[in-house]
Amino acid sequence: MSPSDLLAFAQAVASGAVRVIDLTQTLTPDFPTIALPPEFGQCAPFRLEEVSRYDARGPAWYWNNFTMGEHTGTHFDAPIHWVSGKDLPDNAVDTIAPHHFIAPAVVIDCSVQSAGDADFTLKIDDLLAWETQYGRIPARSWVLLRTDWSKKSYADFAGLREDGAHTPGPAPEAVRWLVEERDVLGFGTETIGTDAGQAHHFNPPYPAHFYMHGKGRYGLQCLTNLDQLPATGVVIVAAPLKIRQGSGSPLRVLALVATMGDGR
Amino acid sequence: MSKPLIRPKRKNPLERTRLPLLPHGQRSRTAHGLTLAAAQGRFALQVCDECSKTIYPPRDACPFCLGAQLPFKDVSPGGRLVVETTVRISTDPYFRERTPWRVGTVQLDSGPLVIAHLHGDTKEGERVTLSLKLDKSGAAVMVAMPALETPSMEADPILREMTCDPQFRRVLITDGRSSVGQAMAKAFSEAGASIVFVGIAHPWKPFAGMDSLAKLAGVEIVPLDVTDSQSVADLAAQNGGRIDILVNTAEHVRSGGILGRAGLTEARDEMDVRYFGLMRLAQSFGPALRFRGADGQSSATAFVNLLSVHALMNWPAFGAHSAAEAACLSAAQCLRAELRPGGVKVLNAFFGPLETEWFQTVPPPKLAPSALAKAVVTALKQGLEDVFVGDIANDIRERLAANPKALERELAEG
Repeated sequence: MSPSDLLAFAQAVASGAVRVIDLTQTLTPDFPTIALPPEFGQCAPFRLEEVSRYDARGPAWYWNNFTMGEHTGTHFDAPIHWVSGKDLPDNAVDTIAPHHFIAPAVVIDCSVQSAGDADFTLKIDDLLAWETQYGRIPARSWVLLRTDWSKKSYADFAGLREDGAHTPGPAPEAVRWLVEERDVLGFGTETIGTDAGQAHHFNPPYPAHFYMHGKGRYGLQCLTNLDQLPATGVVIVAAPLKIRQGSGSPLRVLALVATMGDGR
Repeated sequence: MSKPLIRPKRKNPLERTRLPLLPHGQRSRTAHGLTLAAAQGRFALQVCDECSKTIYPPRDACPFCLGAQLPFKDVSPGGRLVVETTVRISTDPYFRERTPWRVGTVQLDSGPLVIAHLHGDTKEGERVTLSLKLDKSGAAVMVAMPALETPSMEADPILREMTCDPQFRRVLITDGRSSVGQAMAKAFSEAGASIVFVGIAHPWKPFAGMDSLAKLAGVEIVPLDVTDSQSVADLAAQNGGRIDILVNTAEHVRSGGILGRAGLTEARDEMDVRYFGLMRLAQSFGPALRFRGADGQSSATAFVNLLSVHALMNWPAFGAHSAAEAACLSAAQCLRAELRPGGVKVLNAFFGPLETEWFQTVPPPKLAPSALAKAVVTALKQGLEDVFVGDIANDIRERLAANPKALERELAEG
């Protein structure tokens, strides 16, 4: 690629020929965080404390301190997050090669299936059916699961019932297949985690965490606006904060989509 | 009989809200023996160690034998109202607004003559029961009550100046997710509160008792998360001006001490819910409570803290929890001083292990949330500042008074 190609890309972004779609949920105190049994340590929700707002605490400036967990809001999971990825090289947010933060993505639309079944699980057959229509999933791509879960009320989004959360996610064999047969870069969802709400009953439990992170792949969750993406031809910019030995991080996830010159 | 309270008319929004005034509240160090008794709802006077005579007003030497050992002891509150008068004109700004005001002299069975404020149902020459109350300034005063209960006696305007009866008041229960919060909502609903706002954090998480809570008379569910400054500020902005009693039921109970825990995640949560939660509530709701301390019959009147009795002495089995509770107790003392100019009381209710999930492994006796809620309502009706609810809390209080070091060792043994 020549320098002028790169500059042409920047100009395309500026002109709108490349559309930038924000896949990030706004960080707010009331956005649900994953609920573990209460005897475990919990992921801190987003909290904002005003330091000053043009007042006695700081007359000409407004700023806040915020607190949250590494897995709050729209966030990135690094391989070190899961025990299966704990010994891999470059497995934390500060050591992951930065070029992994810009990568193509495919979008698997399961919004119809998920609408009728909160426990919808993505299977290999669903992925093969997708490939029949759109072609083979390219290596080192993000695979984004569209469920329209981001459009739900918080209560439905969390999907908590007496037997735990009910939200869609991938079946163990599908995750394994994506990693081993398609060499994907990572798996992204709209739901509160990359795994299904009932994934603690899967074998292995939490397969998206277990297989993806076990092979050094990444996770993105609490994404939104996936309905605005085409099935292919998407580039994802997702760079987590550089936290030393961080297991993940809230981040801004941007999708780049080429328009056809007519604004579409 | 006293005139029963009627639901107050809606306030005329064109009229200025009267600012709180306080009666003179200064007392000598010795006289604070009365403050201690009044804060806890006891009737105690000095009794001379040497001549055994009961003494009032508080003194540093016995007027009968000059003995210097004059400890406060619980004595009989019974007596006879010898003579009464009615103050119709006063130069004192507080009393000017409250005349006519009856006062009288009571001959106590235990000996002393006492000048007391008079409940409306007392009659000259008849038996009365004296009660030590904290007035709006927080000072202990004597109130002569009828010896036998009379109809609507709690509605007496003089008594009401000294108490925090929830009837026709608007109450905020800060956390309705817990059994304590729900018991509290029920107790205040039954006590005749006109509205019981019940805060619910993260409403997307279902919880036991959700349906029955919403069905209680007067209960109004409001979004409130005491760990979120914005959430607390938002509710205060919306409803802060019409809350008369705030009951902080937000709890965070976890077992374990200091060394048994790795890291601070749990401790931060404890402090966030309890200590910072209390500060957020106080900062957001306190100013309006203090401003509205004389706002008519249903003025702002109390801020209630629910505290583990181990705020007073650490219980290492729940050691980090005890420390957070101690921080809350200290903050409550500060808040008490800050709300006093508004005539608003801070009630601290101390209790031992509760009959709740987080004390599952602790053997009885454990306090039922309903018993705690009942005790809080009763304490507010009496106008107390400190109430110890249940056997464990009272046991700890007594052992602490007798020998704090012994109690420290005993709690360390389990």
